[in-house]
Amino acid sequence: MYVAVKGGEAAIDNAHRLLADRRRGDRSLPSVTIDQIVEQLALAVDRVMAEASLYDRALAALAVRQSRGDLIEAIFLLRAYRTTLPRFGSTVPVDTGKMNIERRISATYKDLPGGQVLGPTFDYTHRLLDPSLLTDEVVEEASRKEPLAGETTRVSDILATEGLIEADGVLPDDHLAGDLTREPLEFPMTRDLRLQALARGDEGFLLALGYSTQRGYGRNHPFVGEIRIGQVEVEMDVPELGFSVSLGRIQVTECQMVNQFKGSSKAPPQFTRGYGLVFGQSERKAMSMSLVDRALRAEELGEDIKAPAQDEEFVISHSDNVQATGFVEHLKLPHYVDFQAELGLVRKMRADIEGAQDNENASVQDAAE
Amino acid sequence: MTIPAPAISAAETNERQRVARLLAHATKQELQDAWDALAEKPVVKPVRGPETGLVMVRGRIGGGGAPFNLGEATVTRATVLLGSGTAGHAHALGTDKSKVRLAAVFDALWQDEPSRAFVENEILMPVEIRVAADDRRQAEETAATRVDFFTMVRGDD
Repeated sequence: MYVAVKGGEAAIDNAHRLLADRRRGDRSLPSVTIDQIVEQLALAVDRVMAEASLYDRALAALAVRQSRGDLIEAIFLLRAYRTTLPRFGSTVPVDTGKMNIERRISATYKDLPGGQVLGPTFDYTHRLLDPSLLTDEVVEEASRKEPLAGETTRVSDILATEGLIEADGVLPDDHLAGDLTREPLEFPMTRDLRLQALARGDEGFLLALGYSTQRGYGRNHPFVGEIRIGQVEVEMDVPELGFSVSLGRIQVTECQMVNQFKGSSKAPPQFTRGYGLVFGQSERKAMSMSLVDRALRAEELGEDIKAPAQDEEFVISHSDNVQATGFVEHLKLPHYVDFQAELGLVRKMRADIEGAQDNENASVQDAAE
Repeated sequence: MTIPAPAISAAETNERQRVARLLAHATKQELQDAWDALAEKPVVKPVRGPETGLVMVRGRIGGGGAPFNLGEATVTRATVLLGSGTAGHAHALGTDKSKVRLAAVFDALWQDEPSRAFVENEILMPVEIRVAADDRRQAEETAATRVDFFTMVRGDD
């Protein structure tokens, strides 16, 4: 607990002025523009949108600039901004099967209908620092080829035809999708709510938990059935029009993790699935999310719950980095009264122990004499 | 203030949806250029907005299962009334109010028979062509990264 303190206004004002100065940095350099951040630090912007749970590239870029590149601070800023806006409604669920594909790969099928396209990936790069980026060299245009015609079927739909994989997750028809921005968290929760929490969860936290499942803490034998990145159309029902209208497009990353499952009292041997869907281009996050989604289905599938990644309350209560940073960082606020009380307590305990020892020493001496 | 939904046919709904989609995809500049090219500017009365808010974007579990809330997006909407009495509505992702206000004006102008051809030729067609060209370029750039993985066959013995 911390108590209110007074004073320090001038110091705080000057600290904020100093922050603005340091944020601007060396005045002889041009300042970075929002458009430049959107275009050239696109994946930082995407991470901020995903974990702030607000899709708006320009605002996310503004937050990155304002936070001096501290992404959790930027996420906090964007979360705070969203609370100032009214909500107009919900979209029709996006159809990732109709995505305009920018990347699509599968680790389970080498020749899959629609093919595999790498898109703008870091995979297969040598991770050597590129000195050409030290200067502003002209970058050549991307190569082009004739695209294949037709829609790109989801890999899960291909596997489904054999009946060896579970269907897309269903909930009862009368179930309304839960919304953790409107209702307090309650455990146990349904999978839709968990996915909402994971979609905005901290990438590092989910990455570590996903990794832990691979290392044996809640092992679930994963394969990447499919990762796809691209643009999907967003539509909303408009009551005054009486039909749904397109609002434009957003970019999302989807991961279908396919897991071998030897069966349990609740389900036969089959491939089960973990699902990841994230705003923007965020492959590591989508993969981590799908691993953790699958691990958190332990109860539903009749598996033993033995590892942290399978513990719903533990995972969901600690996945939000705005909450986490708030509680960790509050420790630096004045705790003077608390600390004084504890100091007095420790002094008293120390005095009691020393007093008891003195008495003991005295009685040992008495006995010896 | 809300304007009750008029009863319209399925074909008409499809048309309105096509117009709304193209106006949502239009850039501010495309709308502004068309407005500047408009010989007779209509009288425009604001009815609602333009105002910015949020829409909760939903996905489906596994891609095709039960809906879940993925996260919100900013959206701006506007409703205007023309001097002719026609109401225009527009919605678009983002926070650009002047863009969405112009889109609402063009939605109304499209519904008015005399100005429909102008909206089709000066806005909808150019936007459709530009979006198709952007999509085409992106599809071609992506197609150039298509891979064929070969599994190495081990010997029989």
